[in-house]
Amino acid sequence: MDDFQILDAVERYIRGEMSPDERLHFENLRKTSPDVDQMVVEHTLFLQQMNRFAEWKKFRSTLHDTHINLSEQGKIDSAKLKGKAKVVYLWKRYKRVAAIAAIIAGVTTLSISALVNYLTPKADNAKVQELSRDIPNLKQQQSSQVDEMNNLKNEVNNIKNKINQQSIPFKAGGTGFLIDGKGYLVTNAHIVHTSRHIAVTNNKGDQFRAVLVKEFLDKDIAILKIDDDKFKPLSSIPYGISKVESDVAEPIFTLGYPRNDIVYSEGYLSAKTGFNGDTLSCQLGIAANRGNSGGPVFNHEGEVIGILSTKETEAEGVAFAIQSKYIYTAVSELKKDDTAYQNLRLPVKSSVRGMDTKQQVKKIEDYVFFVKGD
Amino acid sequence: MKSENNEKTLLQGLARSDKKAVETIYKENFNMIQSLIINNNGSADDAKDIFQEAMIVLYEKARSGTFELNCQIKTYIYSVCRRLWLKRLQQLNRYSPEVADIATTIPVEEEIEEHEKRNVEFEMMDKAIDSLGEPCRSLLEAYYLQKKSMQEIAVGFGYTNADNAKTQKYKCLMRLKKVFFSHYKNGNQ
Repeated sequence: MDDFQILDAVERYIRGEMSPDERLHFENLRKTSPDVDQMVVEHTLFLQQMNRFAEWKKFRSTLHDTHINLSEQGKIDSAKLKGKAKVVYLWKRYKRVAAIAAIIAGVTTLSISALVNYLTPKADNAKVQELSRDIPNLKQQQSSQVDEMNNLKNEVNNIKNKINQQSIPFKAGGTGFLIDGKGYLVTNAHIVHTSRHIAVTNNKGDQFRAVLVKEFLDKDIAILKIDDDKFKPLSSIPYGISKVESDVAEPIFTLGYPRNDIVYSEGYLSAKTGFNGDTLSCQLGIAANRGNSGGPVFNHEGEVIGILSTKETEAEGVAFAIQSKYIYTAVSELKKDDTAYQNLRLPVKSSVRGMDTKQQVKKIEDYVFFVKGD
Repeated sequence: MKSENNEKTLLQGLARSDKKAVETIYKENFNMIQSLIINNNGSADDAKDIFQEAMIVLYEKARSGTFELNCQIKTYIYSVCRRLWLKRLQQLNRYSPEVADIATTIPVEEEIEEHEKRNVEFEMMDKAIDSLGEPCRSLLEAYYLQKKSMQEIAVGFGYTNADNAKTQKYKCLMRLKKVFFSHYKNGNQ
């Protein structure tokens, strides 16, 4: 038999077009001739590939037809950009050009007005006299302005002091929580920033060594990894990390280590921005203590919405948390910098959703750690 | 619970490339993706492209049998499209630092890698078949893609008998295999 006949036989065999006798004969041939056997295997693979290719092509054309059908029936927005969409699209495309044009226009306007100012004749005497009568008046105004400015200065100093005081109390130690069962934790950068050795303790009191993977001082986020043989990777994390901003007045709770035992406290989200309008964080009405910083802030669905970071020293019950979406930003930056962390997966879905808070805490508390640095 | 069942039925339909299921999924998700793409430096054509790629990813997943969607179809499609679009933007150097999210996403990197590999293979196959010219192309398509019998093909193409058609088909098949494998090698270098 030549190749052509064998291939023909192989094809009929695979397609099931052989008579029982012929099939038996062919199967015997397969057993005795490895070449024929190899050909059957190879050609089966090829046919499978062809089949999948056929289906793929068919599905593509189905999609194409569906698109045309649906847009003709008006069930999806038509391919042509209309009205607002068009404006948005053009705006997105050309906003940079528009911005540059605006800047040039602005600079030109300013320089022309400066020139005009410079070139205009100075005011005459009569006007100057008029002005001089007003001087005592002006003086008074000025002195009151100076007072106001002094006040402002004092306020600025006060605020500066406040800011300086803020992160100091938290330096000693804090809280962290797992973002990947393999032992990756998130905490505040200011807790571990100066530490050479880091240890984390779970709520049962087991202590593990940990290393700093990366810190993001601008966001006050640090990623740690537990590096200890004693630590057994945990299969799944019960909470998800939220990517969206939460609403004001949403009830929240946190778990942390203001002392050696895990402590629960609850409150509400009081503003979407943090201290002095900082958009990185949000404001919470919650009783937070030293050691709470770095702790997770949960909403009632058991999703992490932030990392508790600082509190206002002068007001009781006001704390600030870094918004959880920056955890995603931090992790993607980390992955970009170092390929060793490609398998780090953040938990997206919360499995404790719908439970009452008591049960949620019970599930979550094993994943919240006490972070200590020397 | 009902909506969960609905989604399951839709996926099963999709796996059979059932027209109605395809249409329903298309109708329910396309507008969202179109606004995602247009709001992030893309055109309506880009939106159609990206969305259809995502549909194919979902289709392959649905057919694989082992697939269990643990989120809504919407979330899945959105995640795939978002990832594909970011990649496309990078390739075009029209880099937008962060795609503004309008919904939650789930990680889909592995699926997209698989999908891209498959696309490369199928496109190579497409090119290989195209490069054969007529009548080889139609002959092979009729037999392997449309699954016609040799008898029908002989009549349709005007061969005097099925055996002649078969000989011709054999020659074409050999050429296809040769072209395909040489493409394959070049493509992988």
